[in-house]
Amino acid sequence: MQHFFNFILKYQYFLLFLLLETLAFSLTIYNNSYHRSIFINSSNQIVGGVLERVNKYESYFDLNLNNQLLLKENTKLKNELELLKAQIGTSLDSGYLKLDQKYKYISALIIRNEYTKLNNYLTLDKGTLDSVKIDLGVINEKGIIGVVNNTSKNYATVISILNQKSKINVKLKKTDYFGSLVWDGNHYNILQLIDLPRQAIIHVGDTVITGGQSTIFPLGIPVGKIQYIKTNNNYYTKIDIKLFNDMSNLGHVYLIINKDSSEIKTIENTNNIE
Amino acid sequence: MNLFGYAQPMIYILFIIIYPITNKRFSFLILSFLLGLSIDFFSNSGGINAAASLFIAYIRLPILKMVSGRTEFDPVLFNIKSMVFSRQVSYLLTLILIHHYIIFQLTYFKFSSIVSVFIFTLFSSIFSFVLLLLLSSLFIDKKR
Repeated sequence: MQHFFNFILKYQYFLLFLLLETLAFSLTIYNNSYHRSIFINSSNQIVGGVLERVNKYESYFDLNLNNQLLLKENTKLKNELELLKAQIGTSLDSGYLKLDQKYKYISALIIRNEYTKLNNYLTLDKGTLDSVKIDLGVINEKGIIGVVNNTSKNYATVISILNQKSKINVKLKKTDYFGSLVWDGNHYNILQLIDLPRQAIIHVGDTVITGGQSTIFPLGIPVGKIQYIKTNNNYYTKIDIKLFNDMSNLGHVYLIINKDSSEIKTIENTNNIE
Repeated sequence: MNLFGYAQPMIYILFIIIYPITNKRFSFLILSFLLGLSIDFFSNSGGINAAASLFIAYIRLPILKMVSGRTEFDPVLFNIKSMVFSRQVSYLLTLILIHHYIIFQLTYFKFSSIVSVFIFTLFSSIFSFVLLLLLSSLFIDKKR
């Protein structure tokens, strides 16, 4: 026992270093797993508060532009609403349409946007108090942005599509071939389409939309256009997609709540048990 | 901050580089760790910055000894600026390179992307070096 204490006293500096380094490494490894519920992220109250305050002053500079964007979207939505009203009016009479809202939208503001790193995260100014939950999809009027991975009372962090952990189910607008959207870490407005079956015929300029096979994103949210195709023996080795969004310039976003997600998950789990 | 797609200078390690050589080694180690951790808080990077800054804080004294060719330092009299300029440069450059390499290796987290790691490390280190050289001339008191 005496020797043991002597050992600790002699190497206490090195042992402190070892302890802290182990702590840092375990945080890093923990951070690399997809779902983490640890306090080292910007959804906590202190960091979120600082970021929000900074963003509040910065947001005055592009107020004009944002107003115009919102106005444009409002007009578009109003037109759609009128169109749908007309359609519902006719089909209600025939009696087969069941009116039920499947998706609910929450608006939020990005108070921190990253796009230069290999693994990028966003921070939003809405949290569990505004019924933001883990695994909600985040979009804006131009396309998809990411998936919520952490929440606190008033803030939430989002795994951006510019992240190695992100893999989103997408499909081609023209045909029903599905693939996955990933990012190779090079350019923040160009993502890659993988896992596309070799029989799918694609051309440069084809539009890519979300596939709707997961409960996160509904079908048909715009993603981008195919910009570059590389083939080898009829296999697609590289497909680049240019996003409609400019990931370096994001402000107001919408979170999508799928009201049926728990129901879908329950029914899928019962299949797995059998 | 990101320049030309490859250079991401990190200047917070100035604290570790110019922190006076004292006998309070423990508090220095813990402070360096907390500094890195606070950077991680804001950039959602787990413990990457904490690991790297703690490591260079730990190896700072051995490197200083190696670079300056001395074995003992007087904590009161010694000043980094009192060294020859070429020795200052090699001290600065060694710490920056080690720090940046750890950061990028942990960010990519696999050995297959070793080329990208080296490119990032090299370009970022050059940029950090220039910035830190300018900043250190502001912060270090030459007269002492």
